[in-house]
Amino acid sequence: MLNFIGMKNTIAERIADFLKNFPPFDQLSKEDLYAIAQVVTITYLERDNLVYAVGETLHDKFYIIHKGAIALTKDINAKVETIDRFDEGDVFGLRPLFAKENYATNAVTEEESILYGIPLVTFKPLITRNKAVVDFLIESFASNTENPFSKEIHGSLYEHRLEVLANDKELFELQPVRYIKKVITAKANTKIKDIALLMQKHHIGSILIEADMIPVGIVTDVDLRNKVITGAYPIDTEVQHIMSAPVLCYPKGVSISQAQLTMMKHNISHLCITADGTPNSKIIGVISQNDINVMRGSNPTVLMKAIKRSQSTKQLKHIRKKIMVLLKGFVQQNIPLTQTSKIIFELNDATIKRIIERCIVKMGQQPPVKFAWMSMGSQGRKEQLLQTDQDNAIVFENVDAEELEDVRAYFLLLSKKVNKRLNEVGFDFCPADIMAKNPKWCLSLDEWKLQFNHWTSNTGDDEILLSSIFFDFDITYGDANLTSQLSDHIFDITKNNHMFLSKLAASALRSASPLGFFRRFLVEKDGEYKDFFDIKKRAITPIVDAGRLFALSNQIKNINNTAERFEKMAEIFPANEELYLSCSYASKALLKFRTKHGLLHNDNGRFIEIAALSKEEKMKLKRCFNTIAQIQESIKLKYNLSNFK
Amino acid sequence: MRLWNFNKKTYPDFWEAYLHHFEKKEKKTLDSSRFVALDCETTGFDFYIDRILSIGAVSILKNEIAVADSLEIYVKQTHFNPDSVPIHGILQHGKLAKCSEETAIKQFLKYIEDAVLVAHHARFDIIMINAALKRMGLPNLKNKVIDTMDLYANTRIKSNFIDQNAHYSLDEIAEAYAINLMDRHTAPGDALIAALIFLKTTALLKKSKFFKLERYFLKSTMF
Repeated sequence: MLNFIGMKNTIAERIADFLKNFPPFDQLSKEDLYAIAQVVTITYLERDNLVYAVGETLHDKFYIIHKGAIALTKDINAKVETIDRFDEGDVFGLRPLFAKENYATNAVTEEESILYGIPLVTFKPLITRNKAVVDFLIESFASNTENPFSKEIHGSLYEHRLEVLANDKELFELQPVRYIKKVITAKANTKIKDIALLMQKHHIGSILIEADMIPVGIVTDVDLRNKVITGAYPIDTEVQHIMSAPVLCYPKGVSISQAQLTMMKHNISHLCITADGTPNSKIIGVISQNDINVMRGSNPTVLMKAIKRSQSTKQLKHIRKKIMVLLKGFVQQNIPLTQTSKIIFELNDATIKRIIERCIVKMGQQPPVKFAWMSMGSQGRKEQLLQTDQDNAIVFENVDAEELEDVRAYFLLLSKKVNKRLNEVGFDFCPADIMAKNPKWCLSLDEWKLQFNHWTSNTGDDEILLSSIFFDFDITYGDANLTSQLSDHIFDITKNNHMFLSKLAASALRSASPLGFFRRFLVEKDGEYKDFFDIKKRAITPIVDAGRLFALSNQIKNINNTAERFEKMAEIFPANEELYLSCSYASKALLKFRTKHGLLHNDNGRFIEIAALSKEEKMKLKRCFNTIAQIQESIKLKYNLSNFK
Repeated sequence: MRLWNFNKKTYPDFWEAYLHHFEKKEKKTLDSSRFVALDCETTGFDFYIDRILSIGAVSILKNEIAVADSLEIYVKQTHFNPDSVPIHGILQHGKLAKCSEETAIKQFLKYIEDAVLVAHHARFDIIMINAALKRMGLPNLKNKVIDTMDLYANTRIKSNFIDQNAHYSLDEIAEAYAINLMDRHTAPGDALIAALIFLKTTALLKKSKFFKLERYFLKSTMF
């Protein structure tokens, strides 16, 4: 340390402040914590980077995640399996504390992460006499199956059931059930009325009845309904008369599928976890059907419920991860893309809505006038499957000139909160700043109308690009009147605006057919993605552009989805039905292609390695490209752009 | 004019010791060189009148920030500007242990050695330090300097909708990168933010085969 005077170390103080919230650091004295904080190392890693690999020599430290998420993986039968996942506040890489052999797992960043390294030289001497710390670390090291929950979550497991989201391992069914440890119990002689009050207070549907912590019965809201409300028992009866006994008990290692089968077999919704798995030993936890449903999460309905009930951005982030698992399942099971996109769209949409709802509450003041949150680009077209960038904007009701800036200030602040949380949940910030927090895209209805007037009358390349982003807007939250007035306006000003439409047509031909000479794929020539095929730029954008052009020139309102736009075109122009329907098909096929590759490589799927494609995949892609070439040809003819290269 | 008596003049030992580190002449690289991210809080923005209040710095080696290798110095003030107190929170006779400007600079030189200096809007911090060196009769810092704003600006996409000459504040970048702004406007806090921005931007930039660290070294004529 070179802090020779006063020894003030602001950074170390801040690190200590962070560490003290998480086990095992919460068990350390202030001085010890500070001593550790002073020697911490800070590492930043991008997504999909190794912290350490199987067989690597042990580092001289272990890690706590300050930001981000880590997966521990291992090759099992030539397949990379994820053994465990960690996020903010979790410790990992504990092997050097207990063993001498090299690392037995890979630690990979699942998101970009900031890690604090805790040097063993400083840490070890401080904890050898602290049994609580040593026990915690041994337990965490020994069981890669259980995430050390943060203290904060531990304390409130029962109230915030959503936190019990299990990690989505491959063999979900065989994972041990994660049960609730803070069990609410009552004695057998408690009055039914008091039981009901207890349930109300803790927002729970069942209460274990115990004697010396041995389970003697269980009473659920179903018992109250069937035995009390029906009038069979008065509310001052002792609960032992209506409880179910004996209680079905299991030891704590019970798997999810076993727990579920038991519940189905006995038609019950709760199981008790006891020390030895019999009703003769002490209660250590309880597991409910509802918790399993949430943990399982492979069900859109459950996810939707979870989104609506979510109380923090962190919960939403967990739920978003589940949505990705769901998407993976859909793609693997070859569920038609139309259905897949609709479900994923709804879940994304609900997530954004929930964030906006919560941010309005956080503002502490209702919006001063009506407004609408518009999602643009792929989310606006309902074509966003993988998480990509957020593109959004706000339109608010017209107000008097003197109020305008105050009103805008409210919406800018709201947008800043929403944009920030969307980013936390996994929708990256738009690199071109097309976000509602940008004052250029937080406008009143009249301002928007002027903006579109400008784009469609003084049309240069930038205006075309911007209009192509903003034309595909869809309302996500707020007053639909505003957005429909805006769409009407756009159709009004583009109708018979041949100048604009032919410029839009020319821009739809920007990327020529992706097949080059000798029908070879055109790949990127330099940069990070050299020899990769840019499916977004060369295939998806051309077909999306074409769809938008046809929608505008034929006044097809309220359809943003590219496939649906072409279906509508097929309906209006039966003569060209075949071409339009193959465009519709191609747009879906390309999107599915991108999604598949994105899931495979855990990225946005934009760049595809041609060498890694199967022959069948290549054929499929080429068929899509033929369709693109045909539709581009027809645009050239229609708009007299035959000289366009 | 100064050039010809530059060699004749004898400098104090600590300056000679500092210069000694530059004799190695190793090529600076991201993976092997030591970087020092720093920030100075000052009494104001005037290079002649205003003075350094505090210097905060952390070192980066092999893409890792070492908290153990950090510096935090508070300087006794001869010049006091009450207007800047609300920003940095350092009072003229506050409780923090402080040292003289000369001691602070000595400690700073001993700490930085030949590290590449990294700061946000680096020109300001370096000129402030050079002004202090000048008051001690010493020449300018010899270290290579990188401005995190240049790094960040180069990570931005080339788009007509983004002003290519825009200036990005530390707050804006930290917000874009979701970096906590807890100790903003304390020298060590801002130094840490600059260090994190350095790690993050270089991780992005070094993916390009055209990346050259030297490209980001500021010209010494800027100071």
